[in-house]
Amino acid sequence: MDDLLSAAISIAFHGLALAMVLYLISVGLSVTMGLMGFVNLAHGAFAMAGGYALTTLMSHFQLPFGVALVGAIIIVVLASLLLERLLYRRLYGGDELDQVLMTMGLIFMTVGAATYFWGPVAQPIHPPELISGQIHLGSRDFPTYRSFLILCGVVLVTFLWLALERTRFGAKVRAAVDNLRMAQSVGINTSQLFALTFALGSGLAALGGALGADLLPIVPGYALGNLVYFLIVVSVGGLGSIRGPFVAAFLVGTADTAFKYIAPELGAFFIYALTMAILLWRPRGLFGHA
Amino acid sequence: MEQAVMSNAGLETQGLCKSFGALPVASDINFRLECGARHALIGPNGAGKTSFVNLVTGVLKPNAGRILLDGEDITHLSRAARVKRGLVRTFQISALFRRLSLLENVTLAISEREGTAGDLIRPAGRHRKVIEEGYALLEALGLAEDALRPVNELAYGRQRLADIAVSLGLKPKVLLLDEPAAGVPSGETGAIIDMIERLPSDIAFLIIEHDMDLVFRLANRITVLVQGSVLVEGAPQDIAADAQVRQVYLGERTPR
Amino acid sequence: MASAPDIASDTMLDAFAHRHRLRPFEALPWLIAIAAFFVFPDYLALGAQILATILFALSLDLVLGYAGIVTLGHAAFFGTGAYTAGILAANGWGEPISGLIAAGAAAGAVGFATGAIILRTTGLTLLMQTLVVAAMLSELANKATRITGGADGLQGMDVWPIFGAFRFDLFGRTAYLYCAAVLLIGWLVVRSIVYSPFGRSLTGIRENVLRMHAVGAPVRRRKLIAYTISAALAGVSGALIAQTAQFVGLGALGLERSGTLLIMLIIGGVGQLYGAFIGVTIYMIAQDRFSTIDPVYWYFWIGLFMIFMVIFARGGVLGLIERVRQQIRKPSWNKPSWNKPSWNKPS
Repeated sequence: MDDLLSAAISIAFHGLALAMVLYLISVGLSVTMGLMGFVNLAHGAFAMAGGYALTTLMSHFQLPFGVALVGAIIIVVLASLLLERLLYRRLYGGDELDQVLMTMGLIFMTVGAATYFWGPVAQPIHPPELISGQIHLGSRDFPTYRSFLILCGVVLVTFLWLALERTRFGAKVRAAVDNLRMAQSVGINTSQLFALTFALGSGLAALGGALGADLLPIVPGYALGNLVYFLIVVSVGGLGSIRGPFVAAFLVGTADTAFKYIAPELGAFFIYALTMAILLWRPRGLFGHA
Repeated sequence: MEQAVMSNAGLETQGLCKSFGALPVASDINFRLECGARHALIGPNGAGKTSFVNLVTGVLKPNAGRILLDGEDITHLSRAARVKRGLVRTFQISALFRRLSLLENVTLAISEREGTAGDLIRPAGRHRKVIEEGYALLEALGLAEDALRPVNELAYGRQRLADIAVSLGLKPKVLLLDEPAAGVPSGETGAIIDMIERLPSDIAFLIIEHDMDLVFRLANRITVLVQGSVLVEGAPQDIAADAQVRQVYLGERTPR
Repeated sequence: MASAPDIASDTMLDAFAHRHRLRPFEALPWLIAIAAFFVFPDYLALGAQILATILFALSLDLVLGYAGIVTLGHAAFFGTGAYTAGILAANGWGEPISGLIAAGAAAGAVGFATGAIILRTTGLTLLMQTLVVAAMLSELANKATRITGGADGLQGMDVWPIFGAFRFDLFGRTAYLYCAAVLLIGWLVVRSIVYSPFGRSLTGIRENVLRMHAVGAPVRRRKLIAYTISAALAGVSGALIAQTAQFVGLGALGLERSGTLLIMLIIGGVGQLYGAFIGVTIYMIAQDRFSTIDPVYWYFWIGLFMIFMVIFARGGVLGLIERVRQQIRKPSWNKPSWNKPSWNKPS
């Protein structure tokens, strides 16, 4: 019984850590898809870029972890703003297939570029002493880094919720997700809103990718390899929602981790089956708009 | 239980109710559309007119009540089944097969009606009867010259006519026209009015409209719907004179 | 009554009614295929793969281009067909034609079963469901190592000579002609479906599904039938690849397989039958060339090409050709000269 409890706590802990990473990466995708109706398959590339930027800034430029992390986020945000302006903007409201082609093209380019600059091997992350090792909580030891990850996640979820519910920016986003035409006719600058939301989402993805590098290894095939999980979190959670992806990420994270303990061969299959079942029951996702 | 030799209405609803949560869009609507009727459904915005059409055609499921088509209870039939029994509608915003030609739009409807649409083997081009019927329909409605043009290239007024043409291809017994002149420049509405006036007398039609000139010209019976309930029903001149109706339309131009 | 309108209307009707007739340019792909057999004897293995993949792309075009069902999981059917043919050949039954038929039947059954469940949804939800179906099958294949070979792939396929006479030779000649023949049949099937009333109704579903319901069409049934046929054809193409390569790997069921197929079709042009031929050929030849010059950077350059296409060549190669044709033609081709009907006078 004690073993079972111990295993359950382990699963919950590590599952929550994975869930946080998935959430950070996917929440931006959920909001932009709900807001712009744009199928951005390349979203994972921003997470990957965050990971590569972090490792490069730390190893090549010898920056400390915290500074490198902030730097990585800034780099990815700027890059995403540029891409949004040059590429994404052209296809808003356009044909789905064009969006698929474009974003798949972006993914392919990142695969090629990443292989060219960093090679095929996974990037190692070296978190600073402060958040490495183990911490003692109650009667157990937990990896400090994962605890830090969970803490980050919780802080950010709260921050996001507050931002969405309590700020004017958040109000505009909610209005535009609900009814774009109305939002425009009320004078909301939706073009600017798209750009800012896109940048915010990409920045969060970069954070998630950078912090989550030991859970989701930074390899050139990152965007394509993890695409299904990101899309599952978004579609099961519900487009345009920030609560939805959190619940979905939690489900996926804990299920994946649980199965790794219990029956490693069945993990992915179970998650896919669960996704199918949930989408049949709630096609719009758990928290999707009607 | 039959033998009560009451003439069947073309379309009838009994106690039709529908609400979305606390919002009622239909409250106990009892409505009769007689065979060959020229009937109009009017009411202020949000009165539930399009919802009524959606309920009758099966797009929405009612919370209570019955819908009868020529005496037959169709309340639980699918959309397609109701169409097969002769209940056809048009849409408030032009709902055509956008990139397909006008002739193709019409022949799609005709071949569904004829039952040939499921044919996987013989080319559609060999179903000559369907094509000729489609073309003849377009000719009769003055649309023949645009037969091969994609409908999204037609002027909006012509698209609204095309919408009605597609519905006519289904040989309806009851035709529900949801704001047929909506969004059409005033210069092009004449053609639409003409087309509706020339509809065969064995088709019963119900037209939803805001344009009172149109309503008074086309309908010989009017039902006024307000907030999901029938306010009053009668001949055009009675409706025009009705004080309640005037009040509901306060601010609107008084119809002549 | 002048006879001009009657002649013009007859011409119109004939033009409409004769859309299904074979036109000269439709012989082009086959002429090229035959020429390639003689002109590029060293590339017949690649050629066979291209031909089989064109069949795969045609199957996708049927559901995507004609019925408007966007799927990222078509490899599910390709892979089912590949593994069916592969497992048969690895376990004593290497007869190729019956292997094809079994593969088509198995894939069709999977298509029917999954389609019946997921085709009630649309949009992103449907896209996810197609992804998930393929992913589940991939996991199953990965675990069922004894039957499928798992991650190492299916080994030990022994495909018998076709009709007992034509052995699969080292140069790929038999494979090429085999794939060409099967593609010919598959193309005829897809082409006749596309021009049939059923196929026309699929385009109606694609253009405005709401209106299709409103004209009395059994939309779900039509979609399911199209999806099942498409799955069967995809299964046949998978079997072709398996039989000609004498190997099946997990990639046959993977997201990359589904994704690149979608890309190839979009590059060629969706919903116009020949986009499959053009897109697959361009992509696979380019990929083959790049893998000899610069294998690592293939992804980068094809990605760039795809973005380039989206910005400058919407509608794929066929869309580009169509736009060029319209520039060349005089714009007054559609103004007939008979009298306008009387209703057009102002009211």
